[in-house]
Order: sequence, then C-alpha cells, then structure tokens
Amino acid sequence: MAGQTEAMHIQMGPSHPASHGTIKFNLELDGETIVDVDVEIGYLHRGFEKMCEQGTWNHVFPYADRLNYASPLLNNVGFALAVEKLAGITVPERCQYVRTIVGEISRITDHLTCLGMAASEVGAVSAGFYMLEARELLYDLVEAITGARLTVTYCRLGGVTNDLPPDFRARVAAAFASLRGVLDDCRMLLDHSRIFLDRMVGVGAIGREEAISWGLTGPLLRATGVAWDVRKAEPYLIYDRVAFEVPTGTTGDNHDRFQVRMAEMEQSMRIVEQALDQLPDGPIRVADPRFVLPPKPQVYGSIEGLMNHFMLVMEGQRIPAGEAYVVTEGANGELGFYLVSDGSGRPYRVRVRPPCFYGMGALGRMLKGAMVADIITTFGQINMIGGECDR
Amino acid sequence: MSPDEVLARALALVPGATAAPPELVRGQAVVIVPRERLGTGLRALRDDPGLRFDRLSDVTAVDYLPREPRFEVVYQLHSLAHGHRLRVKVPLPGDDPEVPSAAALWKSALWAEREAWDMFGIRFTDHPDLRRILMYPEFQGHPLRKDYPVGRRQPLVPERDPIADPWPARRAGV
Repeated sequence: MAGQTEAMHIQMGPSHPASHGTIKFNLELDGETIVDVDVEIGYLHRGFEKMCEQGTWNHVFPYADRLNYASPLLNNVGFALAVEKLAGITVPERCQYVRTIVGEISRITDHLTCLGMAASEVGAVSAGFYMLEARELLYDLVEAITGARLTVTYCRLGGVTNDLPPDFRARVAAAFASLRGVLDDCRMLLDHSRIFLDRMVGVGAIGREEAISWGLTGPLLRATGVAWDVRKAEPYLIYDRVAFEVPTGTTGDNHDRFQVRMAEMEQSMRIVEQALDQLPDGPIRVADPRFVLPPKPQVYGSIEGLMNHFMLVMEGQRIPAGEAYVVTEGANGELGFYLVSDGSGRPYRVRVRPPCFYGMGALGRMLKGAMVADIITTFGQINMIGGECDR
Repeated sequence: MSPDEVLARALALVPGATAAPPELVRGQAVVIVPRERLGTGLRALRDDPGLRFDRLSDVTAVDYLPREPRFEVVYQLHSLAHGHRLRVKVPLPGDDPEVPSAAALWKSALWAEREAWDMFGIRFTDHPDLRRILMYPEFQGHPLRKDYPVGRRQPLVPERDPIADPWPARRAGV
C-alpha cells in the first residue's frame, strides 16, 4: 500500500535519561515530527497542600523548600510574605534586605541549574559544568547564611532564622567575580556555537497573546517581549529601592528564554550588590511575642517565656481569619500563595500557584509540529521542577 | 486602578455579584459571583476596557465543610494591561459542585480546572478535557476535600499495560 502511513504512538518517560524531571510525554508521531502530545505530570505529587493543613504555619517552611528546590529561598520568602500579609505584620528593614539578598542569590542558582542543564543536553557539556561549578559558589553563600545548601528552611513568620555572617560582603564579592567570569566564558562558548543555535533558535516558540492566555509568566513570558516582572509591577520587599532592568526577548523561542535568564543573572547580582550597600543595621525579626519565639534565656529563665514558647510551638501562631493572595517573582515566574485562615493556629487552606505548572500546560502547544529532539530543549526551558509542578 | 475602584467596577459590571466582607480580604479586591452569572461575568471582566483581565492567573477551590454552600471556586484574575488584580469566588453546594469552564476564555484554565476537579471534585461543564492531572485514573476520592482523611490508603491498582490499555486519551482539539 504505497503512500499510506500510520501515526506512531510512543510514550517518552516517565524516567527518560534526557529529561531532568519525572514526566511522561504520550507522543503521536509522523516520522520524527510530533503530530500531537499529551503531557502527563503528577509523578512527584506528595500532597503538599494537604500536608500544610496538618501543622502550624511555621511547619510549612520546610515543605516550601521542597517546592522549587532549585531556588528554595524564593519559596520561603514568598510564603513568609503571604502569611505576614494575612497576619498584618511588617518585618524590620534589615530583614527585608536580607530576604531580598538571599532570594536573588537563589534566583541565580535556579537559572544556573536551568541553563547549565539546557547547555549540557544539546551537547555543550563544558558550559553545563562551568555553570554547575559556579552554582556551587552560590550554594556556599547559602550554606554560610542558612547552614544548609538546599533544604534551607530559612524564613519564619515575622523574620528569618539567622543574620548574614560578618564577612558576607567579601564572600559575595568573590563569588560574583567568579560567576561573572563563568558567564562570560559560557557566552563565548555558546553565543556563536552553530549546534547550540540550531537547536535553540526558533524552537518551542509561542506568541505574546498566546503566552498570556496560557498563563505563562517569568522568563517564558518575557521572552515573548512582555516586560512584566512582579518585582517591577507590584514591588515588594525592597525592589522599589534598587535599580535593575527587566530583560526581554522578541520571538519567544528557546533561545530567547535562554538569553533572558542569562541577562537576569546579571540583574540579580546588581540587586544583591545594591542591597548590600544599603543594608541597614537592626533586628532580623519582629519583636512580637504572638508570632516569634522568645529568646532562649527567657524560655529557660522565666515562666512567661516558657509558656510563650510552649504555646507558639504547640498551638501555632493565631492568624486572624481571612484570606489573601500574595504574589512574588519566583525564578520561573509568578509564584503565588493563596492562603485561607480560620483564625486558628493552623492553615485552613494553602494554595500555591506554581509558575512551571502553567508552563507545562502550554508545553503541548509549543511542541506540536516540532521534532522529537525539540522536546528536550523546550522542556528544559520550561524549567519544570517536579516539586513545584506536582506538589 | 486601586483595589477599591476595581471592586466597584466589577460589581457594576457583573449582575448579582457581591463584595466579600472587607474584614476578611486584607485590602484585596474580591467579588462573590453566583454560578449562574459566572460565564457571562468572567467574559465581561475580561473584555471590559477599563478592567481588561487578560490573564487568568490561577483557579483553585476551597472546601468549607460543614458550611453550606460547601465549596468555593476561586479565580485569580490579573490585568497585564492595567496591572490590577481581582479575585472571583463562586460558592457551590456540596451535593452539586458544578461550574461552567473558563477554558474558552483563557487557556490557562485548561490545566488549572483539571487540578480543581482532581483535588476537589469540582465539575467544570464544557471543559474539553476534564481528566485527573496529578492523580492517576484509578484514584478514589478527591484528596483536598476536608472529609478525605490524610492517612487514607488507596486500593492497589494492577499494573496497566501501556500499549493495550493506555492512559485515557484526551479528546481531540485541545
């Protein structure tokens, strides 16, 4: 039967060596061309939102680390801001600066993870390892602040756990100097690489109107030319006191997404440097016994301190009844927390608006008509993080 | 527009809409819309030149068991054009949690509503592809409902032959 063809159905994943993330693509192929694809997620579902309803508000912070585990501090900060909005707390100046600094460092580690993997996957393994090595320098900074590299659990309702270490400025200066060198090297390796450009330019593109309709945010939306960034549009913390730019692309393809992230790392470094210059002295958490644990000498030395500690740990912080939806700019876009409190010490409902979930929703649309090999680059630029997408 | 102006305009635009109690919403613009008005209401909010909610940021639900109406479906709207936000809440009875789908207005509703179905059992009528998304097809119940015990065990599901019995295919045209 000459001339007759039949579509081929292939399941790619859920554990495919080239996709960093547990995900399945149910593909309908015409040769190497994707006719249709059904993206199947949920393999990393742990019941995050259900778990949050079981403990106190502070119990959520360790879970929040494990949402987007490439940038755990941004989730920590986002959740803390949401609960504080609900509770009506404003944290001290220094705390706001510290949160901004750690958040931006985390954004850089996230972008380095995404871009390093993306480069490796199309054969630029050296650039990939350079970026992962640079990420180690930033993880060292995170470790110096929080004591952990990944499971940081750094924020608390009303503040953060530790202050910045005394030599932090010098450490940041050294790490950023190395990072800038690495990024220059990577640009030289990638910007004119025929293979890299062939695999990235024009692949996975989506237009501006469509991107908005699919709910894309962050680098995916900015790559289409929309200069929308929560830090600029709805400033929180100290983002209205530092100068930075919102890099954008034009075509909304994988190469633009890559370049937007590359440029954002430099902007994040600028923000950290300005914040360190402006960093005021002062407390790093609010002095409000309704929300913050008392200092240990008080706990062990006075009955009031002991009871205060006991009540906060056993009953949790009582957040007045109500609801709030608070957005921050996560590494992948709008990271929103919709919280409902019934007035008790436990969350009634915690909803995360995961930015990469919506990117994954649009992935099927981006892949239609593309080649099988394009799945890897496009999926890489969505930067799906299972912990956040599947919760 | 400020949250108050957004709220006033939305109330004028959507018949039957009421404002949420101000002491509960922390200064954010929140309207409660009866489900009969939801379809036309969301369209009006999207197309009104003053509001222009061109983005549906998120759809989720909350279970207020044992209160009746038991469920609330929550839409987080955002206007890229104007930079303001609005939350639309739709109360639903526990025995009939059904709302019209917003997928024809914003593509982002496609997956968000699947998740609300999966987690809460909210049915979105006219959704082109309302399948479970985080859970597997054989999963029993809707885990984020308040009457779903956190420790409940699920029956063991026999392994599915992916060729003979594939994951339920989505409908064409989505």
